[in-house]
Amino acid sequence: MNETVSVVVNGEPRAVARDATLLELLGALALDPRSVVVEHNRRIVRRPALGDVRVAPGDAIELVHFVGGG
Amino acid sequence: MATAVEVVKDTPFTISGRTFRSRLMVGTGKYRDNPTMVHAIEASGAEIVTVAVRRVSLDRTKEEGVLYHLDATRLFLLANTAGCYTAEDAIRYARLAREAGFNDFVKLEVIGDQETLLPDTQGLLQAARTLVKDGFKVLAYTNEDLVTALRLEDAGVAAVMPLASPIGSGLGLLNPYSVRLIKRRLQVPVVVDAGVGTASDACITMEQGVDGILMNTALAAAQEPVAMAHAMRLAVEAGRAAFLAGRMPRREIAMPSSPLGGMLD
Repeated sequence: MNETVSVVVNGEPRAVARDATLLELLGALALDPRSVVVEHNRRIVRRPALGDVRVAPGDAIELVHFVGGG
Repeated sequence: MATAVEVVKDTPFTISGRTFRSRLMVGTGKYRDNPTMVHAIEASGAEIVTVAVRRVSLDRTKEEGVLYHLDATRLFLLANTAGCYTAEDAIRYARLAREAGFNDFVKLEVIGDQETLLPDTQGLLQAARTLVKDGFKVLAYTNEDLVTALRLEDAGVAAVMPLASPIGSGLGLLNPYSVRLIKRRLQVPVVVDAGVGTASDACITMEQGVDGILMNTALAAAQEPVAMAHAMRLAVEAGRAAFLAGRMPRREIAMPSSPLGGMLD
């Protein structure tokens, strides 16, 4: 499957396979789903559901984790 | 081994039903490197450590998340909403933090001014109410204003965190009276957050009777963070013990410590 769509991941445009799931997106980015929290169009997607949610063109996806802070 | 500390009869330090050994909490930001941070946390004796929620670096130009370095089974991770200037943003960050799956505590910050990083107390109250309804245990970073502290308690927060002085300033406890007043009037724990610069600041702060202190820059920006962490541990314990011991009354004039009688002619 070569066809891609453009989504925005952490503020940057990114091409992903059409109908890719969020879990597949994380895999393409070499991110361990246990180490990130995923927000899809402003809604948090819990880890067990990452394989069920598919991306659509223009989706805004935020991938966050904990960093050092006070 | 018997230590002098055993003579200090203290109550447990409990926030929202969870008891902690140390009254010192530390941040994980701004250390020159991760090994220094890890050693400083260990030297501080802190059990609660704060972390921030940020985007993952997708191009790997920045380092990995802080959990790569911290033992989350031994430490209690307290996520913050640092950097949020609206209630809406703070709520969003808190929910993302909770989804990481460690606990439902959050150190709530809603900042109102870039230069001083002083809190927006209206936004703070609004966010606190929403998050409490949503099941969060909210530790609310606020200024040293009694009425705001009372409103936060009414909103159901787990702890109120008045500042000693602005975040990262190291100016120490600027308003001991107000912090004492807040502690006297509130039922929930009062943990002073931000502004402590050195060990004497921590000691004086604990002597006001507050339940704990949270600090970050005082350790991270010290010349020797690990040594300062050790000093802070001692200072927090000393200040707490002195508060429990009850200080002598202040006097304007001297009173001799040695007998007046028995002097030679």
